[in-house]
This record gives sequence, C-alpha cells and structure tokens, in this order.
Amino acid sequence: MNDEPIIKFDKVIKRFGDLTVLRELDFTVKKGEKVSIIGPSGSGKSTVLRILMTLEGIDGGIVSVGGEPLWHEKGADGALVPASEAHLHKMRAQLGMVFQQFNLFPHMTVLRNITEAPVKVLGLSRKEARERGEELLELVGLADQAGKYPHQLSGGQQQRVGIARALAMRPSILLFDEPTSALDPELVGEVLNVIGKLAEEHDLTMLLVTHEMRFAREVSDRVCFFDQGRIREEGSPEELFTDPSEERTREFLQAILD
Amino acid sequence: MHWTEYFGPLMEGAWVTIQLTAYSTVFGAILAFGAGIGKLSSNLAIRAISIAYIEVFRGTSLLVQLFWLYFALPLAGMAIGIDLRLPPVVAGVLALSLNIGAYGAEVVRGAIAAVHKDQHEAGRALNFTPRQTLRTITIPQAIPEMMPSFGNLAVQNLKDTALVSLISLGDLTFRAEQIRNFTQDSTTIYSMLLVTYFGMALVLTAMMRTLEAYVSRWRTARS
Repeated sequence: MNDEPIIKFDKVIKRFGDLTVLRELDFTVKKGEKVSIIGPSGSGKSTVLRILMTLEGIDGGIVSVGGEPLWHEKGADGALVPASEAHLHKMRAQLGMVFQQFNLFPHMTVLRNITEAPVKVLGLSRKEARERGEELLELVGLADQAGKYPHQLSGGQQQRVGIARALAMRPSILLFDEPTSALDPELVGEVLNVIGKLAEEHDLTMLLVTHEMRFAREVSDRVCFFDQGRIREEGSPEELFTDPSEERTREFLQAILD
Repeated sequence: MHWTEYFGPLMEGAWVTIQLTAYSTVFGAILAFGAGIGKLSSNLAIRAISIAYIEVFRGTSLLVQLFWLYFALPLAGMAIGIDLRLPPVVAGVLALSLNIGAYGAEVVRGAIAAVHKDQHEAGRALNFTPRQTLRTITIPQAIPEMMPSFGNLAVQNLKDTALVSLISLGDLTFRAEQIRNFTQDSTTIYSMLLVTYFGMALVLTAMMRTLEAYVSRWRTARS
C-alpha cells in the first residue's frame, strides 16, 4: 500500500469577508482512513468539507485530492492556474457528501433521489440505477420506503436516504457534515449505525464533522481537534479523548461532555 | 330580434375568445420561462435581452402594443420593403402572448430564485451540471410556486382578449358590439357579456387549480 495521502491541505487559507476561517491549514488524510473532525462552532470544520466538495473556493494554498490539485489545474505553461468548471466536474466524481439538513430533493421519490444522478451524471441505465438504488436502500434499511417522498419520512430515515444517495455515485471519499445535528435525539442512533457500518468498508475514505464524541471515538482511526482555523491537536481517539496534551482541547472536551 | 337569438353570434365570439386565450396563454408561458430563466442567466447578452423584453412589454399598454403590431408594423415594413402585414388573429395572439409573457417572466424568475440554495449544493455535490440542476432540481420545485400567479395571469389574459375586438377580430366583445349596434339593447347584451366572461373565468380558474394540484402532487402525498 502506498501512503500517499488521498486528501492534502497545504497552507490553505479561506476567508469570508473580513473573517479568516482557515489560517494556513495543513491537513492530510490517507486512503481508507476514517477521520473525525471536532471543535467549537466557527472553527472551520465544515468549511474543510465544503472546500473538498467544491462548494466553497479557497483564498490561498493548495488542496489536493488523489494527488491532483482540486482548485487548480496545470495551465499551458505548466504553472498552476485556478481550476475550470470542467476540472472541478472531473474531480468531484471522487467525492460524495452527506449534509446536515439532508438536502434531499423534495419533488422526487426516495428511489428517484438515489437514481437521478447515476442516470444523468454517470450515464447508467434506469434499470441499472434502480437495481443499485434498491441495494443501497437495503443497506440503509429503507427497502420498503422506495416509493415515498422525503417529507413522508422521519429525519433519521431522510438522512439515511441522504447517505444512500451519496453512495450511489460511488465516491472514494465520503464527507459527513454534522449528519446527526438536525435530528431528534431518539433518531440519532439509526443514522450512526449506518455510518458505523460504512466505516467497516476498507476502501472508503471517510471524513466526519461531528459533535457525537462517543461515536467519533468508536469509528475513527484519527480525531482532529479544530480551533480557530487550524488543527490544534490530532491523534488516535484514545489519545485525544483520554489524554489530550493541549489545554484548549481539554476545555472543549470538558464543555461538550458535561 | 329576441334576446335568445343573441346566443348564436355570442357563442361564435366566445369560441374565438377561448382560442385566443388558449394560444396566448400557452405561448405566453413559453415566453415567460424563456425570459424568466434568461434573466437569471450568467450570460450578459441573454440577460440584457430578457430584461429589455420584460421591461418594454410591462411598461407599455397592451392596447398600444396591439395597435402597433397591427397598424404600425406593416407601415414600418413597407418602408424597408418587407411585407409585415399580420392577420388580426396573429397580431392579437402575438400582442397578448408578449404581454402575458413579460409578466409571467417575473413570476418564473422569482419562483426559481426562491428555491433554497441547499438544493443547488446537493445538485453540485452529485456532480450535476448547472443546466441539469436547473432542469431536474430547480424548475420542478419552482413550478408549484408559480401556479397561483399563473392562474391570475391566465384570467387576466382572458379578460384582455376583449381588446382584440378593436382590431376587428370577431371575439366575444366584438360580437356583442355588433348585436348592440343592431338592436340598441345595451342592458341585455352587456349583461350577457358579463356573465359569459365570468363563466369562462370560472372554468379557467378551475382548470388552473387542477393543473396546480397536478404539478404539486409530490407535496401533498400522504403516508
């Protein structure tokens, strides 16, 4: 196995107006690694995912995915120039995202939500896409809900559809942006179960922004504590949760676990 | 002439009015989508054309547009050596469509712009092109939002067709005028005219409601 990182942030800067969200962030993820990102709100955790999903651009530095720059491409003279929409389109194929608010398409049935992009973007036939969609619904435990519309499902069920929809595009990297934050407490478990099941898949690289500390501890190979646009501390879940070396990490964990 | 004899010519006129309404509403809707989406385009030229069209046709009177197309355009055409004489039906449908399309464009633009940005982000994350996102995600969600306004515009359009009687098109109002000139029975004939327009508006409203229910059926599905 090569240890070449599948995701690499190299001194990445991101600003929203006067506010600097990422301050020369360095961050790498290896292929197949499951990484949880924790930290206070406003620390730039979600921004990292949104930059990877190409929903936000960057103001400095280089982001690489699969060894290739994401927000840049080689110009005619070999120098890096800002990425074209065509380059982003190609790069996005490696990534999938699960949103905090699910972002399902309300006018499509559950199955259609899952099959539309494979048909339109990957060029699968309706039949192939449906078969694959049904398998995925089976995986997330919603095989009997295929014909319903999103608003007819509970939040937990909707988020499981969101996961199936992202998987249907066969990404090698799956991004979870606080996938359980919008859910009623009793519905969190069913979503975490599905994510936990995916984490057992060897090849899938997972990046999880979450406030579910116990879950992060169970599924992650590595946990990163973000603070003020940088990684303040990172390590195995064991190290970070039981014996953090930074005072700031300790404070945060104390506050959130109380 | 007994008042029951008015029915024949009035119904003939009503049929013309129905056709005018149907054609101009359908063409108007196509123009509304074209200009409404055009106004949201990232292409400057398309946006400029759409805005110019919308502002010109909202900012001038329908009656003047109609007269211009029917009386002024042929003369302008003659000056440059092209035959631009339009049959009254074509001038009527054209003026009505262009007018309703300009109003409808604002409805289309507003409804599309109101679709939540989360939906665009989901589309992008699934690697849809902007055009695919517009077609498969944004527009289908925006259409139910447009329907109440489209219903109003369609009824407005039905009533506006009365203006075409002024370019001698044999619509409902034109026929009524003919009968009135002949019989001088203003009260009866205008009352019948009111009731007929009102009846047609009721039917049109019901049709638009049915269409609205159809395009929003995903919203009302029950578990």
